Amino acid sequence: MTAAMIDIQNVSRAFDMLRAVDDVSLSIGEGEIVGIVGTNGSGKTTLLNLITGYLQPTSGRVVFQGTDITGLGPRRTTALGLARSFQTPQLYTGLTVLDNVLIAIAVHSGRSADFWMPMYRSDRVSKAYELLARFGLGDQAARSVSKLPEGGRKVLDVALSVILEPKVLLMDEPTSGVSARDKFSVMDTLMSALKKHRVTTIFVEHDLEIMERYAERAVVFDAGKIIADGPVADLLARPEVRRAVLGED
Amino acid sequence: MIATATRSRLASGAIAAFAVIALLPLLLSDWVVFLVALALAKGVVVLGVVLLLRGGLIPFGQALYFAIGAYTVGFLANRFGIGEALVALPLAIVISALVAAALGLLLTRFRGIYFAMLSLALSMILYTVLIKFYDFSGGTDGLSVRGFALAGVTPAHPGLVQYYLVLVLTAAVVYVGARFIASPLGYLMQAVRYNEIRIEYLGASAGRAILASYVISGAISGLGGALVAYLIGHVSPDLAFWVSSGDFVFVAVLGGTSSVFAPLVGSIAFEFVKNYALKFSPHTWQLTLGVFLLLVIYFQPQGLWTLLTHPRARPR
Repeated sequence: MTAAMIDIQNVSRAFDMLRAVDDVSLSIGEGEIVGIVGTNGSGKTTLLNLITGYLQPTSGRVVFQGTDITGLGPRRTTALGLARSFQTPQLYTGLTVLDNVLIAIAVHSGRSADFWMPMYRSDRVSKAYELLARFGLGDQAARSVSKLPEGGRKVLDVALSVILEPKVLLMDEPTSGVSARDKFSVMDTLMSALKKHRVTTIFVEHDLEIMERYAERAVVFDAGKIIADGPVADLLARPEVRRAVLGED
Repeated sequence: MIATATRSRLASGAIAAFAVIALLPLLLSDWVVFLVALALAKGVVVLGVVLLLRGGLIPFGQALYFAIGAYTVGFLANRFGIGEALVALPLAIVISALVAAALGLLLTRFRGIYFAMLSLALSMILYTVLIKFYDFSGGTDGLSVRGFALAGVTPAHPGLVQYYLVLVLTAAVVYVGARFIASPLGYLMQAVRYNEIRIEYLGASAGRAILASYVISGAISGLGGALVAYLIGHVSPDLAFWVSSGDFVFVAVLGGTSSVFAPLVGSIAFEFVKNYALKFSPHTWQLTLGVFLLLVIYFQPQGLWTLLTHPRARPR
């Protein structure tokens, strides 16, 4: 086991009477690719919200590289090296693909408060095109995000996070809304780009085929609790896991 | 993204337009020239409104900074006998920016209708202060602005000098506005309009971007107010009244928000339609203005500016 990148210690989060995440402890090492799987409402996305500080836990702690980041808020956790993509891509829909990337580059380089120098500087634009090419979006740069297909939006959403050079990337259902035909190509694009950056990756997924193909380790959620944690192939063969995830008898 | 060719076409067009406007005093009557100067000065205020509208914020109280700029000129001229524009104009910009920085700390916590209404409330507070504190502000009578001077010289034809002063400063503000819109902060303001969650998850602060833009917007609008004070020669609390703020938002919609030139086009159209409507139909001039806005919204939904850039825009 490598050194713990993220250490989630007895974290719970309740919404009124519902315990969305219930006393969860999880340690994720540097460079791991972890898939979190579970049915709708099992607490997977809530866990991502707790890790990135979007939600405060009712109890417990989230430790990132030895620092307590519990409830710090997305801006501060992002600055520390956590980045995130979303089930519904969070993009600037009225702007072009290139504009979206340029904004992320400007923010990451600490130039977001610059009100005098132009956004379209040649070094920034070259970097943006390079990244878009790596994510297979090079020919979409001038296209409005509102006109981009769902798969393209998913990839762009992840690309914006990768610009931040995160130590940990959390992806929420990267293939939801993507057609069955395209889901593997979307994941291939994402994972090959991420491997180049050696980013610790945690992704939430419903799709067991995706889990089997891309995750090294699976964490299975059911009713806010972790019911299994281990190598993907072993775990997905276990009947209680298949029952919890797929509802199989 | 604006392509380089489009940008240079716009720059050439702008230089040509400003050159034509510079020649107007030789060609047109004094009152038309005055109307153009007034429209340009108010267009500067509207540009401040547009910078915030591009971020999805509706500043329904921009008359606050318009009045602060105007009253800075009024106080200096009326109470201290300082009519020097090179003193009053920078002071109007600085005071407006400082007030915007202080109030912005509160306003940037709000969005949508709450931002609009709170900014409106703040301008109405100033309106009330200006009315009630007669000894200080001249109450509803306001203050007259006398003794205009530029660089220590009191011109023989102040109207003409003021016209060119307005023209030069309008060009300067348009340049600043263009730099702002094309800058990372300008893009971040547009991002605020579309998705604040992503901004926070990039590690930036939407609140800080709005605050910085609000200060720039306030400073620009303060300058516009100061110029209007010199042109009209009088300041009164009506400058801070909600109708003034409404006019600025009206003109912003009329002109459009896609370019820094749009507020000027909108403002010139507004002043001329309003004045001719008053002349030919004094009892129903508001109706004329309303119909004019409806026609623009229907036929050029992105504003009058798009008549120049996309003349065949389809009705919504």
